[in-house]
Amino acid sequence: MNTNGAIKKMMIILSKGTLENVYAAFVLANGARAEGIEAEIFFTFFGLEAIHKQKLEHLHVATVGNPAMHMPTMLGGLPGMEALASSMMKKEMEAIDMPDVHEFLDILSASGVRLWACKLAMDMFHYKKEDMYDGIEAVITVGDFYKQSAGEGVHMLFV
Amino acid sequence: MFIINTNAMEKLIAGKSVAVNEEGYLTDFSQWDKSIAEELAQEAGISLSPRHWEVLAYLQNEHQNQVALSIRRVGKSNVVDIKEFYQLFPTAPLKTATKIAGIPKPVSCI
Repeated sequence: MNTNGAIKKMMIILSKGTLENVYAAFVLANGARAEGIEAEIFFTFFGLEAIHKQKLEHLHVATVGNPAMHMPTMLGGLPGMEALASSMMKKEMEAIDMPDVHEFLDILSASGVRLWACKLAMDMFHYKKEDMYDGIEAVITVGDFYKQSAGEGVHMLFV
Repeated sequence: MFIINTNAMEKLIAGKSVAVNEEGYLTDFSQWDKSIAEELAQEAGISLSPRHWEVLAYLQNEHQNQVALSIRRVGKSNVVDIKEFYQLFPTAPLKTATKIAGIPKPVSCI
């Protein structure tokens, strides 16, 4: 199959649980589907927070160690700072028609984005499949994910 | 004197000459009719069913009301859910459906 260099499928690995990283992965996956490109997301390490039923509604932006916040690191570490920054960001997102994490997962799922959880990270955090968002297709290994990635025009992205 | 406008061109669709942009989207909705939709759908490998027409009418109506279209908004429309939207217009549903509907390509990233 000659794809002429066109992207056929995006394999996105989400390893972080901060709001800005989760949204980056979701927007990229959703944008791929909107363009007729297949997309899959492999949730690993802190990325699992984005699909954990009890946690996915409570993700925060990072206020410490994030120079783009334009906030002194010590200030960012004060109690309540993350929650404040996160609620401000969520307001801005709603204003530009950005769905919350749960609705975004529903959109991705309905759009045909395949969602996978990393077995190693699931074991490490003692999570069970039933703790996770229902649209997660399976808990798989890195090897399985590579097998999923076979083919021409497949690109892999680590967030 | 030559006037060169790279954004506008004429395309013969269903025996009619219509103004389109470089991506093939109609630039003048008044030139749209059902036979044009049929042919644009055929180009996209879709044969239009009554469900397709309902969705196209909804998209045209939203465009007329100057609503910025996105997958999320279509999903909340009560006309069609996201899953069915992808089934009706399999690759790039919003891009394909708006082209067939004769309205501009939405610019939303969501």
